[in-house]
Amino acid sequence: MKIANKKVTAERLVRDALEKARHFSDYHIFTFLDEEGALARAREIDARIAKGEKVGRLAGVPYALKDNFLSERGETTASAHILEGFTSPVTATSVAKLEAEGAIMIGRTNLDAFAHGSSTENSYFGPTLNAFDKTRVAGGSSGGSAVAVALDIVEFATGTDTGGSIRQPASFNGVYGFKPTYGCISRYGVVAMASSTDCVGFFTKTPEDMDLLMSIASGKDPKDMTTLDDYYDDSKIEKVKKIGIITEFDNESVDVEIREALKKKCELLKSKGYEIVELSMPALKYALAAYYITVPAEVASNLSRYDGVRYGFRSKDANDLDSLYGKTRDEGFMSENKRRIMIGNFVLSSGFYDAYFLKAAKARTLIIEEYAKAFEQVDFILTPVSPNPAFKLGEKVDDPIAMYLEDMMSVSLNLAGVPGLAIPAGKTKAGLPIGLQLVGPRRSDKSLIEFSKELI
Amino acid sequence: MDIKREDILHLADLSNFSLSEAEVETLSKDLSEIVKYISQLDELDVEGVEPTYQVFEMENVWREDIVLEQDASREELLSLSREVVDNQIKVPRVL
Repeated sequence: MKIANKKVTAERLVRDALEKARHFSDYHIFTFLDEEGALARAREIDARIAKGEKVGRLAGVPYALKDNFLSERGETTASAHILEGFTSPVTATSVAKLEAEGAIMIGRTNLDAFAHGSSTENSYFGPTLNAFDKTRVAGGSSGGSAVAVALDIVEFATGTDTGGSIRQPASFNGVYGFKPTYGCISRYGVVAMASSTDCVGFFTKTPEDMDLLMSIASGKDPKDMTTLDDYYDDSKIEKVKKIGIITEFDNESVDVEIREALKKKCELLKSKGYEIVELSMPALKYALAAYYITVPAEVASNLSRYDGVRYGFRSKDANDLDSLYGKTRDEGFMSENKRRIMIGNFVLSSGFYDAYFLKAAKARTLIIEEYAKAFEQVDFILTPVSPNPAFKLGEKVDDPIAMYLEDMMSVSLNLAGVPGLAIPAGKTKAGLPIGLQLVGPRRSDKSLIEFSKELI
Repeated sequence: MDIKREDILHLADLSNFSLSEAEVETLSKDLSEIVKYISQLDELDVEGVEPTYQVFEMENVWREDIVLEQDASREELLSLSREVVDNQIKVPRVL
């Protein structure tokens, strides 16, 4: 990525990014552009460079922030009406780390409200358009961030991935998207969706940039008790020999051009001396059902805090406290938010808890065991990210099951807590990007990113 | 199983939503389909399998029982509410 120095100023980099952001405004990428703030910060960095002071590893690098990260710059809305008017007094740990290295946030990006969705159509502000075909979806939930990088507006963008929300939009727009091992990057200051699967990650144009960002953003945070110790930089580059492919994903439910792209990458790996091993992982068939029980249960709990009392939107026509809660939540949430909250309360309610929530938790154990077994046989696994390339706007938005099926190959990683890197893998005949994901065992993050260079 | 109208009203109550009549109808249809989909877990044999609720690799995380510095002040937090009177958040009547 381009970093500011004596020849290329931070102001130049930021002005270019802002100009491109305005040029592509019809894609609905940003929910907020911080023109003045970004330029002021760029000038500060330039002044320090001119004085010969030490500047960070991301000095003057413009980036886009998914609008579910708290920072004092601009309203944090999570693209939801219910957070209207909310400017955070605190800053997410990941944002603070990036900015301490000199990165400059030029704007906040659109998402499915509260990251509930796989197309960015569930945003209160309307959908973001695909970088390669404006009649198609950006993917989601981090659609705005993926398109901001794909259209080369910014060098990188942040994302969150609870079930595929970084990897799927990355694959729909032909960029790299990384979901680290659970607990690798602090979740402090990120709007919670499902606490046991939420991960912070990034969109970049190269594996090298991803490695740099991971090196900066990862690590133990006393403000997030679920962060792992600092392991990222020390995780050794293993001698990779065997790559697994999952036989259950090689069937007609996956687009033929995506299956072809996977075969081509396998041929490439074979020509470089790697062994391709076929794996059977039958429990993954149940990952999507388990995910759409576990995650809504956590969503119902996490989103109970939005009540119109302490912050954000408050309904105007309430006459007592109960109707204030009810009307604020009814007017403030999108349909998909409501579906997930209600399903969550359903699977947790007495009479259904054992059959759904407990059963999903047991299925989760089987999925974790299946990954553990797979990684005894292979170093990494290569699979499609989603069953199809970017679909048409409006095609699935009113059909929740069709939309959920988008996540069938991405959610199991979140349930198991293992890392996954979406990599560009060519285009369809119609010119749409195809993505594949490299999956590794827990704490193999750095090796996984390093290995992805073999697939270019 | 089918999600009936009274189930939706009960779930709306648990979720604190004042749903419109039109929403009750759409949600009945959507939730029935979702429950039908997630019910495919029925066919999975989990006999003797322990549940997993988190993948943190850790049990309890302890720290000293002391007040740490906070990122946001009382004033900053109060200023986020729509109505504040005498340093307290104002809401409509409770009873």
